[in-house]
Amino acid sequence: MMDTASVVEIGRTERGRATLWRFLRGNLKGTEYTWALAFVIPYVAVFVTFVAYPVVYGLWMGSEPSLYRELFADPIYQQTVVNTVLYLALGVNVKMFLALLLSGFFMRPGWWMKTLLLIFVLPWAVPQVSTFISIHWMLNGEWGFLNNVLYTLFHIEGAHWLNDRWTALGAVIVSHIWKWTPFWTLILLAGRMAIPLEIRDTARVDGATGVRGFVHITFPLLANLYLICTLLSTIFLLGDFNTVYFVSGGGPANSTHVLGTLGIRNAFDIAQPRLGVAAVMSALPMVIPLVIVLMRKLRTTEVQL
Amino acid sequence: MSTIAKHATLASAPAVSRALRAVRYRRYLSNAGVAALSVILVVWTITPIYNMVLIALEPEGDVFTDHIWPRVASVESFWGVLTQGHWYLEHFWRQFANSIYMGAMTTILTLAIASLTSFSIGRMRIRHGWLVSNAALLTYVIPASFLAIPFYRIMQNYGMANNLWSVIAALVAFATPYAIFVFQEYGRSIPIEVDESARIDGASPLQIYLRIYLPLMSPALVAIGTYAMLLAWNEYLYQFLLLSSKSSMTVPVALAQFLSSDQSPWNYMMATAIIYALPPVAIYYAFRRRMTAGLTMGGVKG
Repeated sequence: MMDTASVVEIGRTERGRATLWRFLRGNLKGTEYTWALAFVIPYVAVFVTFVAYPVVYGLWMGSEPSLYRELFADPIYQQTVVNTVLYLALGVNVKMFLALLLSGFFMRPGWWMKTLLLIFVLPWAVPQVSTFISIHWMLNGEWGFLNNVLYTLFHIEGAHWLNDRWTALGAVIVSHIWKWTPFWTLILLAGRMAIPLEIRDTARVDGATGVRGFVHITFPLLANLYLICTLLSTIFLLGDFNTVYFVSGGGPANSTHVLGTLGIRNAFDIAQPRLGVAAVMSALPMVIPLVIVLMRKLRTTEVQL
Repeated sequence: MSTIAKHATLASAPAVSRALRAVRYRRYLSNAGVAALSVILVVWTITPIYNMVLIALEPEGDVFTDHIWPRVASVESFWGVLTQGHWYLEHFWRQFANSIYMGAMTTILTLAIASLTSFSIGRMRIRHGWLVSNAALLTYVIPASFLAIPFYRIMQNYGMANNLWSVIAALVAFATPYAIFVFQEYGRSIPIEVDESARIDGASPLQIYLRIYLPLMSPALVAIGTYAMLLAWNEYLYQFLLLSSKSSMTVPVALAQFLSSDQSPWNYMMATAIIYALPPVAIYYAFRRRMTAGLTMGGVKG
């Protein structure tokens, strides 16, 4: 025999538990919820162990203010900041602008354009280590291919490209542009292809061809994509290690480091891991705003990249 | 053509031929422009690769010369690499196998983990799934090299240094976010009713995932598989930090060791670099169409 009060009581706790379950599980039923949970657990485990933990560990390693006093007083670090800014400003913008122009060029019809595109993407398909080692040797002052060509064809004695800070930094930037322009060209090309044919045709009938068509039709439609690509490319470039490490090796006399390579150099060559982490962490004031803008853009944008 | 035809009915014969000549002249100019730009692009693209081939084809000791064509094309260095004929290369095949193992494991794990996650978030709509996708998106925009030092420390603490799995863990951690991102984008094109009708017919989530989700996602799986493989093949920093013994290291680390001395056998080094470059180039050209489709599906990462 059960009286009504206890029935109501049981009903209430049942409902309370039901809302709690609902909050945790959403619309999924018991076993389905277990499955869904089991499916995300591998990624959550990878994220916590290999991303979140190193991030926290890194923040802890670089949390002493005295490290930054030491770092900012280091002349190598000061040069590195200048290098990084130049590398970012020139590397990203020249590359993206070239990619924008070249993507228009590759819109031309014909078998030749298709073949040319196949050749053009080679730098991206070949592994970074292989190509950057090749460029490093190519720029050798005595036996490098570049100086051999200059001498054989024009009888010019080429410079020792990697023995001077500015030519070495220039070589790094040009190598980066060489390596990554094809990739971004492909992305922007896909963006251009996604512009409906009717828009282009209508614009052409209205007289928007050539430069005017580009300024008034193509670019406004590509602008969002271009912006996202530029931001992403900035972040990737900020974390770049291979280009500097293999092309100039940070030399001569540690004058062409960027933050990524300086961090590793501090941590492993002079065995001061905390100073290395500090070098990398000093990029955070720049990384955080970029990340916030990018996350918004990537999450909300309807334009397919 | 239509403007010319219109002119023809209105204008006199000399005017027509002038107009035709102008059209032909402009076409000629634009063709010449295309040809010039093509030549520049090809030279620009090929030069470092040509340099690689040139040096690889030199016989030993001929590297330090000043010619720009191979005088005698010698395959000695390629043979040397394949038979592990130089003391720099005594573990070449072991190292190549390590690279392949690492690439394959990264690919398989990335595909498995990311597709399960995207299925749970995107198809089963697990509660708070947005938290997971935001965490992934955040990882996607953190430069991997910034985490190298703490990652190295942690792996040392775990006693995982000099173990291929520590590199695979890092690569999977950095490849899955983009994969999840793309899978979720691609999954939106598959109607959710497909899953629902299977559920009504009594299929368990695992069955839906294996029998329905994975087959329908195969284009995205191919694209991301290629992406993960190329990511692993291009990576250097983590492999360099975490793998130090000759038998555990991968080809890029071994290649970089050549750089430590000025007296290195550059022809062997370039031959190794070319052999190492062949698999990704082949994969890229084989899956080119799918890959570009994949790259444009969601975000982008090189």
